[in-house]
Amino acid sequence: MDPVVVPPVGASLPRVDGVAKVTGRARYLDDLDAPGVWHGATVRSKVPHGVLEAIDLDPAFDWSRVTVVTAADIPGQNVILAIEEDQPALVAVGARVMHVDEPIALVAAPTRELAFEAARHVVPRISPRPPVYDVDEALAAKTRLYKDTNVFKEYAVRKGHASDAEFEAVFAKAVQVIEGTYSTSPQEQMYIEPQAMMAEWSDGRCYIVGSMQCPYYVHKAMKPLLGVEPEGVVITQAVTGGGFGGKEEYPSMIAAHVALLAHKAQRAVKMVYDRDEDIAATTKRHPARTHHRMALDAQGDILAIDVDCVMDGGAYLTLSPVVLSRGILHAAGPYKCPVTRVRGRVVATNHPPHGAFRGFGAPQTTFAYERQLQKLAIARGEDPLAARSRLALRSGDTTSTGQQLGFSVGTDEVIGAIQRAAGTPPARDGVNANGAPVRRGRGVCFYFHGAGFTGSGEQRLAGRATIALTTDGRFEVRSSSTDIGQGAITMFTQICAAALGVDASLVSVVDPSTAQVPDSGPTVASRTCMVVGGLVQTGSRALRESLETWAKEHGMAGRPLPDIAKARGAKGELTETVQYEPPPGVHWDDVTYTGSAYPVYGWAACLVDVAVDLDTYEVTIERCVQAVDVGKAINPVIVKGQIDGGTLQALGWAVLENVVYKDGRVLNASMTNCIVPTFADAPELETILIEVPYPFGPSGAKGVGEIPMDGPAAAVANAVEDALGVAFDAIPISPEAVAATRPRWKFTGGAS
Amino acid sequence: MKIALEVNGAAHAVDASPWKRLLDVLREDLRLTGTKEGCGEGECGACTVMLDGEAVNSCLVAAGQCHGRKVTTVEGLANGDVLHAVQKALVKCGGAQCGICTPGIAVCAAHLVDRGLVQGKDDASARAQVRELLAGNICRCTGYQLIVDAVIEAAREVSK
Repeated sequence: MDPVVVPPVGASLPRVDGVAKVTGRARYLDDLDAPGVWHGATVRSKVPHGVLEAIDLDPAFDWSRVTVVTAADIPGQNVILAIEEDQPALVAVGARVMHVDEPIALVAAPTRELAFEAARHVVPRISPRPPVYDVDEALAAKTRLYKDTNVFKEYAVRKGHASDAEFEAVFAKAVQVIEGTYSTSPQEQMYIEPQAMMAEWSDGRCYIVGSMQCPYYVHKAMKPLLGVEPEGVVITQAVTGGGFGGKEEYPSMIAAHVALLAHKAQRAVKMVYDRDEDIAATTKRHPARTHHRMALDAQGDILAIDVDCVMDGGAYLTLSPVVLSRGILHAAGPYKCPVTRVRGRVVATNHPPHGAFRGFGAPQTTFAYERQLQKLAIARGEDPLAARSRLALRSGDTTSTGQQLGFSVGTDEVIGAIQRAAGTPPARDGVNANGAPVRRGRGVCFYFHGAGFTGSGEQRLAGRATIALTTDGRFEVRSSSTDIGQGAITMFTQICAAALGVDASLVSVVDPSTAQVPDSGPTVASRTCMVVGGLVQTGSRALRESLETWAKEHGMAGRPLPDIAKARGAKGELTETVQYEPPPGVHWDDVTYTGSAYPVYGWAACLVDVAVDLDTYEVTIERCVQAVDVGKAINPVIVKGQIDGGTLQALGWAVLENVVYKDGRVLNASMTNCIVPTFADAPELETILIEVPYPFGPSGAKGVGEIPMDGPAAAVANAVEDALGVAFDAIPISPEAVAATRPRWKFTGGAS
Repeated sequence: MKIALEVNGAAHAVDASPWKRLLDVLREDLRLTGTKEGCGEGECGACTVMLDGEAVNSCLVAAGQCHGRKVTTVEGLANGDVLHAVQKALVKCGGAQCGICTPGIAVCAAHLVDRGLVQGKDDASARAQVRELLAGNICRCTGYQLIVDAVIEAAREVSK
């Protein structure tokens, strides 16, 4: 018998799906065999706002070869159910068109070419209305897009004051006020596998398989749309080529479309978006404008923080309220402050809906508060990292929602790690590889990220996971958490095998399908390892105990668990299903927005060195060090890979990524001009893992997926300010943005 | 037209329009779905294959251009169950996450390593060289760090 190798939690087990992925054997949606499948295409609006008068089919086109679907073909309600019911699956004749590229009709055909050709012959007739793109114009509400105010959601966080007058009195007695307005651009997730989905009806049931993060979100949305019972629709995740939030809510739209086409065409239909279509029509990070001011006393302590954040939600509500909520709950930052007022609004415009993207509102407000901390340090002549350390929250301090921090606060560990790694800054002036003069600067930042759902979200959701002993004596993890590249399968395998004390080869993680797994909640919010991994650990331990008890009763006490499992499994499947329970002491009040906004936070600090090319104005990131408190790295290589990837998305957002809208349309809807960093753009990433355990996470682990996205953009802006002596309060810091500041540079130099 | 081409050492004759993309010939006619489409415009490199020893974006190559030529796809890298050094290193170093860009990167990196174009020492100049040579392949998951580690590791293994 082979020796039992129990992979300890904390070991870098190679990815379970690694070999399939490096050999090309992993099957993504577009790789699945589907004989006779038809291809779907979407007819979209070219108008940002208007009323759909009619849908004309070109009489010259041969429609006998294709299936056309409009809103009239929807068997249930014409709604993509997320938080509200304002977004239709297809705009109905007589209803309002709310954005460019909004779906109006669908076509399916035996080939993709024919489907797209047919789609070009479907002509929506739309009588235009005046569009609204600007958030201030939306707030003025002269044109109504959503209810009377165009405000999808407004939140307020208040701490330490009863009235606005009392609040202003704190500012009146301040020795110094630091103030600024900070803008962040929309950002495209740019998963490399475009959105893809396939549906087929059989015996009155709809089977949908596709690229997605959240099978149960799709399931929830399909029931009213298709007018079926919960058992009437089965959602299965295919191997998914990246998500980053972009496959959180939008897959429900594509699932609806393939389900409707398959229903009418009476055959399997799949839809794989073109890259251009994917960039133009699907969700992006909410662009945001954050006004932030801080009142300081003579010692430089923060007396009060006042934040007003406005996000552009786009045409429908989708997940915007939750994005806003996370944004404002992070907006005061991880800093000591007795008096706080944070106001957040997300408003309707005629842009395509903005949505989930790694960080989920927090990167926008983190950019604002970390620019503010930089200005504080500069104004006081203080070392930037020392200023942060002086003001940072530690165990015992309270956040802006009045949450007193207890365990797992890695402030000193992450700041200390950056201090030790920092070294001497590179020479201020120099020459780059192209021989151009450069000016260098260094920036730092410090930040936190709430792990798991906001507020009482996890309690409401009550996610479940099942650990099963199968009849062949193996173990299965059954959860709806998807592996979208972040390593969920490997992590669950490792947690389960370690808790059972068996070789990892005895554990399988089943493919998430709503017919086979319980609802563990969506794969979002840095919750998969911490929350669902915790359920896997608890369930595995319970199953081990059951097996040991059974062994005692059957004369097998003390035998190796795999032997017991074989014997017990032969008598039938044995399962343990565990449901989430909040850790003790976690209380949240949704009405007053006070209490434990998150059960625990990740903590991070970052250092960035930049070189600004004084000929081309390009900002090159020469060094990026990030220290992240992850509680416990279940699999250090996978955790490091997560942080590296999030960090580069943040660095890209800081200097080169942007989605440009013109007349409500994405102007740069292709990979050629909607750019993301390449190998050659990326610096060496120095990621330092810090482990300050979370007592209620699996082996101490807490969320890690999103935090690296939050801070680095501010560190880059701080570094460029350090180089040029000019504040950069908007991203991306493109060559054009740098060039515009040239007259104000605070050093002697410039183009050679 | 009839297009004769050799893919991963096996001769094939495909009846296809000369304008059909090599990517589609591989994925549809030959059912070699390891080669992925990320953008269809030659930007992302997910569809990278070797054409007579040169890395190409198969979404930009017409089938008619491939008559009588040799193509290597990700399916042709491993020798049976024995992975190519680059594939092994990608698994070991954590160079694959979602995996959709991985076939293109594996094909391109295997070529670089086999030709000795990458040094097996982990220093700044070798790492910069890997970054330059792989700049045609976009990955959104990894931040590239662990892929560079893997390619250097593979080059070291091969040069042993």
